[in-house]
Amino acid sequence: MTAIANRYDFVLLFDVTRGNPNGDPDAGNMPRIDPETNFGLVSDVSLKRKIRNYVELAHRGEEGRHIYVQESSILNEQHRKAYKAVAPYKDDPKTDKAGKLNPRTDDEAHALTAWMCANFFDVRTFGAVMSTGINCGQVRGPVQIAFAQSIEPIIAQEISITRMAATNEAEKKQKAEGDDSVDRTDNRTMGRKHIVPYGLYRAHGFISAKLAERTGFDEGDLELLFTALAEMFEHDHSAARGEMASRKLIVFKHDTALGKASAHALFERVRVGRNIDGEFRDVEDRGIDNAPPARKFTDYKVEIDRANLPDGVEIIERL
Amino acid sequence: MPYGIRLLVSGERALFCRPEMKVERVSYDVITPSAARGILEAIHWKPAIRWIVDEIHVLKPIRFQSIRRNEVGHKAPAGKIKQAMNRGDLADLQILVDEDRQQRAATVLVDVAYVIAAHFELTERAGPDDNEGKHLDIFNRRAERGQCFHQPCLGTREFDARFELLSPDAPPPTPHPDDRLPALGFATPRDLGFMLFDIDHAAPGRPSLFFRAALQDGVMTVPHPFSPEVRR
Repeated sequence: MTAIANRYDFVLLFDVTRGNPNGDPDAGNMPRIDPETNFGLVSDVSLKRKIRNYVELAHRGEEGRHIYVQESSILNEQHRKAYKAVAPYKDDPKTDKAGKLNPRTDDEAHALTAWMCANFFDVRTFGAVMSTGINCGQVRGPVQIAFAQSIEPIIAQEISITRMAATNEAEKKQKAEGDDSVDRTDNRTMGRKHIVPYGLYRAHGFISAKLAERTGFDEGDLELLFTALAEMFEHDHSAARGEMASRKLIVFKHDTALGKASAHALFERVRVGRNIDGEFRDVEDRGIDNAPPARKFTDYKVEIDRANLPDGVEIIERL
Repeated sequence: MPYGIRLLVSGERALFCRPEMKVERVSYDVITPSAARGILEAIHWKPAIRWIVDEIHVLKPIRFQSIRRNEVGHKAPAGKIKQAMNRGDLADLQILVDEDRQQRAATVLVDVAYVIAAHFELTERAGPDDNEGKHLDIFNRRAERGQCFHQPCLGTREFDARFELLSPDAPPPTPHPDDRLPALGFATPRDLGFMLFDIDHAAPGRPSLFFRAALQDGVMTVPHPFSPEVRR
């Protein structure tokens, strides 16, 4: 594996329609919100989770593309059983001596780290902390993703739902004791859903070629990362998410490892504004205050400023 | 001070974690010298040089926000990795995040901007080719063009730092007149208590070093690493 030789920065625009892109555990799973401005947030780790899930789904079991940090729905126990049934792996006695095999030297630690990088896509991409007792090293991955923030303040709506069943006998009794005598509602349980009617979110990402050298993150991995960013929501549908989709993925490719321009100056070239009668209007423009709230992607307009691009920087629109 | 540089760094959020409150992370009020050093090293560093942070100018009011996230409870055990290497299969090498869940809150800073005033010294690992001018040139060139080894961050990697080199003769940026409040040490100096200075990676056990931080007129003066103000 030859590591990538170019630095990249990217802007990902994704939207949610009638769904909850990222619940806040502190707020009863309401969509995350910046409490001061009401802009919606999606945490970095939420996006990384989706990238991992996509890679796991699309390249399950492929050499070098394993995922270390997994959701438990993956049927790995099944895999292990299969391995255990096959001759060379069958109940290796070493397996039972867990916890006594810490690396003693730096070389050993490096070998462990290198092996983890070679086998696991997520370790190679995002890094991992690998230590028990004796520190075997920490891998800093080349890909760094920041919190995503919505383009405009979002409204989180709370929707009550009902279920025509009780969880257990006790609950059923409790309900029956109420004065509600209609049969149909006897077993009913109320629940709550939080949705964002519509939100367009913007995430920024950074890919360091210099850190890629250390983990062996190569061109194939880069391609896979971009594919994952473009398609990850297609495979993440659930009752909570509503409709989510990646809308734009704009990549800035530098022609050197260290890069040719500051990431933030490049990000400022991607401007997202409201589409008012086909015209680009800045979201902070007071003149659009009376415009109806955005409810679909076409209510927004994305402009990329390609003028006077710094030397050695190329804009690639992946989506 | 010879070969000083000033870098303006800013970002929407930042987390300079207090070591005593790292389970549910709480940030210091301002960037620590060690985080500032990390930002400089993200732009340019070689074993031949050592960055010394001299001053930190705080340009925005100190405000906090709380974020709770689902995190995993364990690190990757080295022993298990070695077993898997020896065995030659990956079957049980994984972290199941749903079974190893910890919900942790982080109290982070919002909307920060600092000027890091720093210089560097040559270390004992400097070779015959290393001179201060060369490294200063490399740093200035990179910082001016927005080049970096990896994107610097404000404490943790999800909070990226934007950076801008201030030219040596430019007047120092100052906080907005409305923000010149006692909280930033205007009118009366503000004691920030003991703050992490850095971690001594060379010493056995990697001890943390602390210093008594104070803000005076928006500026935190940072002692030299080998001065008595730094408590070991």
